[in-house]
Amino acid sequence: MDPEAYRIPLIHIWAHNHLQPMREGPNDITTRACAQQSRAVPSLSASSADKQQHLGGGQMMMADSGSTEEVAVIGNTDITSAESENNIINTMVERGTALLRKMEINVAEAEKRTGKNTVNMQETYTVYLIETRPAETIPEGAMPAAPDTLWRRYSEFELLRTYLLVTFPYIIIPPLPEKRAEFVWHKLSADNLDPDFVERRRVGLENFLLRVASHPVLSNDQIFFLFLTEEKGWREAVLDTGFQDKVDSRLKSLSAMFRVKNPDKRFTALKQYSDELNTVISQLLRVRARVADRMYGVYKVHGNYGRVFSEWSAIEKEMGDGLQSAGHHMDTYAASIDDILEEEEHYADQLKEYLFYTDAVRSVCRKNELIQYELEMEVQDLAHKKQQKEELLTGTVRIFSLKGMTSKLFGQESQEQRESRVAALDQSIHEGEETVLQKNKECKEFVRSAWEDIERFKEQKDKDLREALISYAIMQISMCKKGIQVWSNAKECFNKM
Amino acid sequence: MARQLRLSSPASASSLFNRLQLDDDLEADVRDLYASTETRDLFVTVDDPKKHVSTMETYITYRVSTKTTRIEFDLPEYCVRRRYQDFDWLRIKLEDSQPTHLIPPLPEKFVMKGVVDRFSEEFVETRMKALDKFLKRVADHPVLSFNPHLNAFLSVKDLNKRQGLALLTKVGESVKHVAGGYKLRARPAEFCAMGEYLDTFSQKLGTIDRIAQRILKEQSEYLTELREYGTVYSSWATSEEELQRPLEGVASCVKTCCGALEDQSESMSQDFLPVLREYVLYIESMKNVLRKRDQTQAEYEGRLEAAILRKQEDRTPMPVEVEKCQDKVECFNADLKADWERWQSNKRQDFKQLLTGMADRNINHYEKCQAAWESLITLLQDKQTEDKTSETN
Repeated sequence: MDPEAYRIPLIHIWAHNHLQPMREGPNDITTRACAQQSRAVPSLSASSADKQQHLGGGQMMMADSGSTEEVAVIGNTDITSAESENNIINTMVERGTALLRKMEINVAEAEKRTGKNTVNMQETYTVYLIETRPAETIPEGAMPAAPDTLWRRYSEFELLRTYLLVTFPYIIIPPLPEKRAEFVWHKLSADNLDPDFVERRRVGLENFLLRVASHPVLSNDQIFFLFLTEEKGWREAVLDTGFQDKVDSRLKSLSAMFRVKNPDKRFTALKQYSDELNTVISQLLRVRARVADRMYGVYKVHGNYGRVFSEWSAIEKEMGDGLQSAGHHMDTYAASIDDILEEEEHYADQLKEYLFYTDAVRSVCRKNELIQYELEMEVQDLAHKKQQKEELLTGTVRIFSLKGMTSKLFGQESQEQRESRVAALDQSIHEGEETVLQKNKECKEFVRSAWEDIERFKEQKDKDLREALISYAIMQISMCKKGIQVWSNAKECFNKM
Repeated sequence: MARQLRLSSPASASSLFNRLQLDDDLEADVRDLYASTETRDLFVTVDDPKKHVSTMETYITYRVSTKTTRIEFDLPEYCVRRRYQDFDWLRIKLEDSQPTHLIPPLPEKFVMKGVVDRFSEEFVETRMKALDKFLKRVADHPVLSFNPHLNAFLSVKDLNKRQGLALLTKVGESVKHVAGGYKLRARPAEFCAMGEYLDTFSQKLGTIDRIAQRILKEQSEYLTELREYGTVYSSWATSEEELQRPLEGVASCVKTCCGALEDQSESMSQDFLPVLREYVLYIESMKNVLRKRDQTQAEYEGRLEAAILRKQEDRTPMPVEVEKCQDKVECFNADLKADWERWQSNKRQDFKQLLTGMADRNINHYEKCQAAWESLITLLQDKQTEDKTSETN
């Protein structure tokens, strides 16, 4: 099978960041064809006019960066910020799960709906369009097939995730994008219905689906498949699995306080790491928001130069033109910060994903503790029973039991009574041994499969975060280049004064 | 040419010759003033600040070096030490002896003792640059540069003796110019325009000063946050293995950017703002000269009126003072226009330099940051290709 066939056409993510379906444009084919080229070459030819048309939300990077401005030329590798981020998704896709071989998935649009909620009140909510289509190479010049679509709202995504959490407790379940905007710098809206927030959430939801679809275990789940393909019947199907019962017990157990006698050192270390990561990423996001605020201030104040140069140029003869043009460049400079910070939100989102991942990691560690604890309890219980039996047989009373006391008080029990008791205990011990065996097996199996997933996760995390850092560095370079450009232009104007 | 040449300037042979050559075309005069200064024969520099501690006071002196071929000077080179108060003396002397000319400004005399450290490196450096500028402007001026007080300033070893009556004379002389309450009738349009221009220009410079200060403030706050930002990456690096180097790399980049920004801010504070402020002072000086001109004209008009009345009464001829006043006005106007032109020209150069300097500083800052991030990417991507090759092996 052509490996190119299951590379997710990344352009779908980018091309749909505005709110109109733009599937059938020629852009799709050219961009798709180009996405299949070597990763290192940014070669798309969409003109800047097209770019304007497609960038409704305005903040996402096109895989196309026709202008050389955004290309960081380092050694022989030309790479744009968008490409770097795409690399993360490429990595996901390269795993080549069976599901992804069959279909392409993306969250294409967001739409507002109003309806009655459970308490019969009107509410406004957003729904997201999930598109799936068979993964296959389109021959040159042909139109891609129309996708299957269905609408889902955020709460349904939450339901799916809860189901996965309960069904696969040994897997680190990918997180959903945040429900409410947090870590915002002041210009960014914290309003859930704000179009920029909705847009970033759309991307986050798509990312979630792709993460699940590229997971070696999760991608095979039927409920997940139905989520992507069955709009109406899905809710029933999920509830039918009876996972709700497990949810309650899971919640109870995860929050319970218990102490494991012999904790697995690896899990302890992992939990600690996860907590540290959580703390440090939170801190990073907070400080970054403050940095963004300040940077905003610096840039915007420069806009005042634009105004005063313009006013000053009015009283000058020879200097006037130079000043006036320089003033315009100052305005450009001041305006440039909006795009710069919008782009940086990408990076913040990538960090947030891993922040939320730490919760999932923690859950797995807790689940392991729980299983370990239950095993220890069973072992203890079994030992207790064996001891009881021994005492019965030897007649020594080391363990207090009511029966024992009453028999002492009211006379020795008969041989028959004793034998039946021993038999009952034997039965209980036998069952107990079975249980311990089973629990042991369960525990080992959990540890094995969990640790497999943890190794996979670690690798993924290292790669993804490295990519995120690269793309952040590229953003910084781009920002520097813009700054140099603007000030060079201004300098030219000053020289003409 | 009936007009008398100004008495205060023993012009050099060449410039004198030039002036005699021309007819009354003022513009030609102005052009020639430029020509004479382009063939420079007087070079001055202010540098080498040194602190002097005596029982009475502590002060700074600067080395004033002169190189010249002018015959008005006995030697071709001089090297003397001067303190601020000496510059101030010179300025006062120039103002008094050349009332019709624009004298360049000095940096602020008084600084609030608690607020500014008069002996800090930055303050001294900034002040020295302003004094150097002052002296160069005087030396470049076709009339002022021939002033005997300047000569003394540049050549005499010990100025103190000469300074004795400086303060007293300052008061005395300036009183002369507050001429007996004459009111100006009609200011010529060109001088009105100059006044208006100066007012607006002064205003705009004030605004630019405020903006620059605000930017510095915002940058300072940004820098604080940015520093913390860098340390969080370092802290994160300690709990990672594979990601340790990349995260350290980011932390280091951020630190470099902080340094670059600090340099830029300091530079703006030391080079940009002082020059801007000094121009505001320059504008004030120019306004003063305009006022003096107005006074001179007013005096002339007043005397003329009085003389005309008297003439009508008893037929006495036009008194000599009135003619002298008329001369004064015409000379003043001519000097002022010439000075205005050169002031405008210098202003253009100065601001070109100032603003391109600002642009350069910003470019420089971004270049440093860009270089840092680019080297980080190389580091990160090298590791990537390393990983890939080890994977495929």
